[in-house]
This record gives sequence, structure tokens and C-alpha cells, in this order.
Amino acid sequence: MIELLGWVPLLPFLGFLILVLAGDWLSKPLTPWIGAGSVGVSALLTALIGAEFLNGAMPPYRLVLGSWMTVDNLSVPFGFYLDALSMTMLFVVTGVGFLIHVYSAEFMESDPGYARFFAYMNLFVSAMLVLVLADNLVLLYLGWEGVGLGSYLLIGFWYEDPNNGYAARKAFVMTRVGDTSMAIGLFLLFTQLHTLDIQSVTIQAASQWTPGTVLPVAAAALLLGGAVGKSAQLPLQSWLPDAMAGPTPVSALIHAATMVTAGVYLIARTHALFMLAPSVQFIVAVVGAVTLLMAGCSALAQTDIKRILAYSTISQIGYMFLALGVGAWSAAIFHLLTHAFFKALLFLAAGVVILCFHHEHNIFKMGGLRKSMPVAFWSFMIGSAALAGLPFTSGYYSKHEILLAAFQSSPVLWTAGCLGALITGLYSFRLVFVAFFGSQHSVIEKSPGWRMSAPLLLLCILALLGGMLRIPLASVFPVLTAEENLHDFNAVSAITVAAPFIGVLVAGLFYLTGTFSPQRLESLVWIKQLQRFFFSGWGMDAFYNMLLVQPFKTIARLNKNDIVDSIYSGVAFLSLTFHRLFSSLQTGRVRWYASSMVFGAVVIIAIGWLS
Amino acid sequence: MNGIPMELGLLLSAVLFVLGLIGVMVRRNLIMILMSLEVMLNATGLAFIVAGSRWGQADGQIMFLLILTLAAAEVGVGLGLALQIFHRFHTLDADSVNEMHG
Repeated sequence: MIELLGWVPLLPFLGFLILVLAGDWLSKPLTPWIGAGSVGVSALLTALIGAEFLNGAMPPYRLVLGSWMTVDNLSVPFGFYLDALSMTMLFVVTGVGFLIHVYSAEFMESDPGYARFFAYMNLFVSAMLVLVLADNLVLLYLGWEGVGLGSYLLIGFWYEDPNNGYAARKAFVMTRVGDTSMAIGLFLLFTQLHTLDIQSVTIQAASQWTPGTVLPVAAAALLLGGAVGKSAQLPLQSWLPDAMAGPTPVSALIHAATMVTAGVYLIARTHALFMLAPSVQFIVAVVGAVTLLMAGCSALAQTDIKRILAYSTISQIGYMFLALGVGAWSAAIFHLLTHAFFKALLFLAAGVVILCFHHEHNIFKMGGLRKSMPVAFWSFMIGSAALAGLPFTSGYYSKHEILLAAFQSSPVLWTAGCLGALITGLYSFRLVFVAFFGSQHSVIEKSPGWRMSAPLLLLCILALLGGMLRIPLASVFPVLTAEENLHDFNAVSAITVAAPFIGVLVAGLFYLTGTFSPQRLESLVWIKQLQRFFFSGWGMDAFYNMLLVQPFKTIARLNKNDIVDSIYSGVAFLSLTFHRLFSSLQTGRVRWYASSMVFGAVVIIAIGWLS
Repeated sequence: MNGIPMELGLLLSAVLFVLGLIGVMVRRNLIMILMSLEVMLNATGLAFIVAGSRWGQADGQIMFLLILTLAAAEVGVGLGLALQIFHRFHTLDADSVNEMHG
């Protein structure tokens, strides 16, 4: 079964080709069968391969489909590499991807770009699978750029609205900053180690470089730049909230479950490099901790249901970075897995709310949806519980593990993580209490069909029980050294578990029972200002606007006539001037010509005479 | 040899040439311009003759024969053109035939 690994990314790509070439001629009921079907077969194949792989001793499996390019001493094959890490990612991408495709079949049904939507989605899934399966960094980069393209196309899916196009361009350009850094990192690795095969890089780096010297630090920092851009971490995080301009299934698949976690995957995949550069690894942890707090605070102030979820995604990826930074590699991947389940669930449930509720995004205009939308309500309850990390949900296990690992590394990081957990509980249940409890402001239009409900139910189960789906990653990552004295942290554990409950409690007091009034809080001037600051995402957009966008626009305005081009227009102007001059000499008078000839002859003779 | 110094002959030739040139430049009548051209050609021919007699060689006279032939052809073509111009424009004023200006 495992020999069929190549078909896993190939099937969605075939689906993309069919849909993009013949999408307009296909009948509408056939489109989702191709779009979701190709991913479905892929998921089935993954399940079979996974069963075979996990039952065995899990030796890494390598499959080379052919050569991509061979130049001098660089050879890049279309090679796939399957180990426990890529197996986990395969499950996430195809499994969650398939559920979201099924959901989209109903969600996008009335959209005129039905086939186009599935074509882009298939392209994305295919690129993501190449990314996680690639056995060399160049092929990984191909997938990396492929998912970037898919993300761009899908954010700007409703391209009639210029704002969506702007959001798409913003996401594309900002991630491109990270991608450039990553490309430079690859060049550095190749010039130094003469290979881009991930396993060889790992081995060579460990044998050739001493830990903490310039080269591994530079390589790890450059790769971190790429990861930060793709995973929307500080300082390149401000594109993700705007990326919510795309259809909701896109936000669920790309901007929550899969693509944005590619940075986490990259760091986990190249963890050997990061272990050679402890300073960069520490920066990873700090970036994660700061991002999770910043994004959590921003999520508190949002009113748009999708933007709340977007900021919470940034915050949760911050947790993964924190875990990577403190060396809890498998905890990071575990959180990636559970996050994919509950965040996809939350986004899809939000999609149900939005679709059935007049395309309304503002949670304060919803209210009391508990009775009228039981499916969305329970999805949101379970998803939010997992997001906040309440005990016995999937998010609890992964987040708990991350926080304990953080405590072993540094109590400061742990404090940040616990504070973040508190804020997570606060904002996720603020959303639930505001949107689903209280009095109903408006009637809903329709209720979701089975194609939307079934994926929600499955994801509910996964979000609840995903904590048991742990794939042993010990074959890929080094084990944490200090794990044996975990039981000493009883007090720490208790605080870690209690933190989200405090958040939920505060949210309940404000938005459920009305013991405290948010309005009274907002009447304080500094709270109002703080809220506005959080709402704008800590002013990052304004900052980048001032720092980069405005100077760029000014230069563009100054250079409107194109300074470089002036050389060529100068040549044109000169020849035109001479043309006018010479054509005015041609008078048509014979005597004038004769006179000028005489004058010329006299001058020439005079010159000859005098010299 | 025969007493006429070369300098005088060349001077006469130059004077004739300049007279012809001035004629070409100042006269407006096409016939007069053609006549001035003849004067210039003959001045050149005179210069050849003088030089030929100075060196005692026949080359100068051969050159003059060539120039005569050239002048005859030129006059033939020139008069033909003048005739056509008069036919079309009913004038022989060279300046009023300036349609080919840029």
C-alpha cells in the first residue's frame, strides 16, 4: 500500500487539472464529486498507508518518482519521505481537508465560481501534500510556494470586491518576505553543506557545524524568517486577520488547519539545525510567547466572528512556536494536530452561522442562537472548550504538555503561556456567550444540510477525542531530557489547568450573567483606548503602513515619470529635435542648396588651407 | 611656352568660375542658371587647358573634351527639365518651384 504514496498528492492535482480545464463544461452536481472526491480518495489512501505504516516498526520510507533537475552537483528528485512526522501531517491535511471539501460542497453551492473554488482548493491540498512529503528542501519550497499561491487565489476568490483583492495581495506580499528569507537560507545551506536533502542536511550539519557558531545560527534564523511569515507570527502576523476575506471553508482549511502550520512543520522538520543554534531556538520560544499574548489580546477586542477566530489561530500557533522553542517538538506537532481539529470545527461552525444568518459577521448582532442552531451551538461549545484547553478535550492534552515543557525551560515563558490560556478561555467563551446565549435578535433563514452537518459532527468527535490520536513521534525527535520529574509540578499543573477556567468564568460574569457590565468597563477612557489598540491588532497595520507602504507610495509618486526611462525618452526627444532642424533646412529652393554647397566647400577648403 | 603665364590663365579661370557661381546663386531664371553653369564648366575647362600647356601634356585637352561632352549632356537634360517646368508651372522662376520642401 505504501508504494502508492505518490498518488496522495497526485490525486488532488489531477482533480485540479480536470476542474480547471473542464470546469465550465462539467455539470454542477459532478463538480464536488471531482473536487471533494479526489481529496477523499487521497484521504482513504492515507488511511490505508497510515494503517500499514503505524502497525509496522515505522521505518522512514522513501519514494523517488523521478528527477526534477540535475545541475552540476545539485540534484533535486521528486522524492517523498514518509516518517511519523509527515504521516501526522498527511492525516491532518487529507482528513481535515476532505471534511472541509464535503462541507464546501454545500456551502459554496449557490456560488457562480463553484468549479473554480474546488479547483483552487484541490491545487492547495496537492501543494500542501507535496510540502509535507518532500524529502528535499527544494521540493518542500515548491509546495511552500504552491500553498502560498493557493492561499492568494482563495483569499481573493470573490475578486469583484477590491478589498478582497487587497487582502489577497497583502497576504501574498507579506508571506513573500518570509519566503525570501527562507530561500536565502536554502542557498546558505546548499553552499555550505552541498546538499538540500533534508536527512543529509541534518546529518551533515550535525557533523560539520559546532553548536552556536555563526553558520547554524544564520541558517536557522533564515529558516525561522520563512516560518514566521507563513505561520503569521510576530512580526509578519498582520496578514492573517485580513485573509478572512476569503470564503469560510478556505479560512478553515488554509488559515487555520493546514497552511499556517507549515512554519511549525518546517521548524520541526529541520529541528536539528535549530538545536545547533540555541539562541535562535530561544528566539522561536520568545516569538511564540509574545505572539500568543498579542494575538490573544487582539482577539478580545474583535467583534467579527471570523476575525476572533483568526487572532485565536495566530495565538495558538504561538503556542506551537513556544513548544518548538523549548524543545518540546512532539508537543508542538501534537498541538498542531488537535488545533487542526478544533479550529477547523470552529471555522466551519462559524460558516454555518454566517450562512444561515444573512451573512452577518458581527457577534453582537447574533445572540440567542443556542435554540435555533443546535448543531452550530454544540460545535462551538466543543470547539471553544478544546480551544481554551478545558480538561478532557483534545486541546487540553496538547496545551498542557506545552505549558509543562515551557515551565521546565523558563518560568517566564510558562507565565506567558498561562496568561495566554486565561485570555484564550476569555475570548473563546465571550464569543460563545455573546453569539449563542441571551436573547435572539433576528430569525435565521435556513438550517444546514447533511453535507455541512456531517463534517461538523465528525470534527466534534475529533476535537473531543483527538487527544488519543497521538502518533508516536519518538522516532523523529529527540526526547526531552527532564521529562522524568514531571510529577514535581503539581502546583504548576494545577495553575495550568485552572487558567482557562478563570478566563471562562470572567467571560461568563461579563457576558452571560451580566454581573459585570462591559459597557461600564468601556466608559473608562483608558480601557476604551486599550480596546481600540487591541482591535487594530496592536497598531501593526498602521505601523507597517507608515514604515513601508507610505514611503513606497511617495517614491512611486515622485518617480511617476520613471527616472530610468528618461534616458530612452531623451534619445527619442533628441532625434525628434534633429529631425525638425534638418527638415527645416530642406527649403526646396535650388539656389539655397547651391549657396550652402558653396559655403560648405569654402569652409572645407579654408580648413585645408589653414591647417 | 607661348608667353601667357600660367598664373594669369588660372586667375582668368578662377574669375570666370566665381562669376558663374555668383550667376547660379543670384539669378532666378532657370535659363540664366543653366548659362551660368556653362560658364563655370568652361572656367574649369580653361584651368585644365592652362595646366596642360604648362606641363606640355595632352591630358588637359582630353579632360576638356570630356567636360565638353558632360556640358552638352547637362544642357540637354537641363533644358528638357526647364521645358517641363515651364510647361507645368508657366514660369521659369527657380524659387517658385519649391514644392519639395521638408
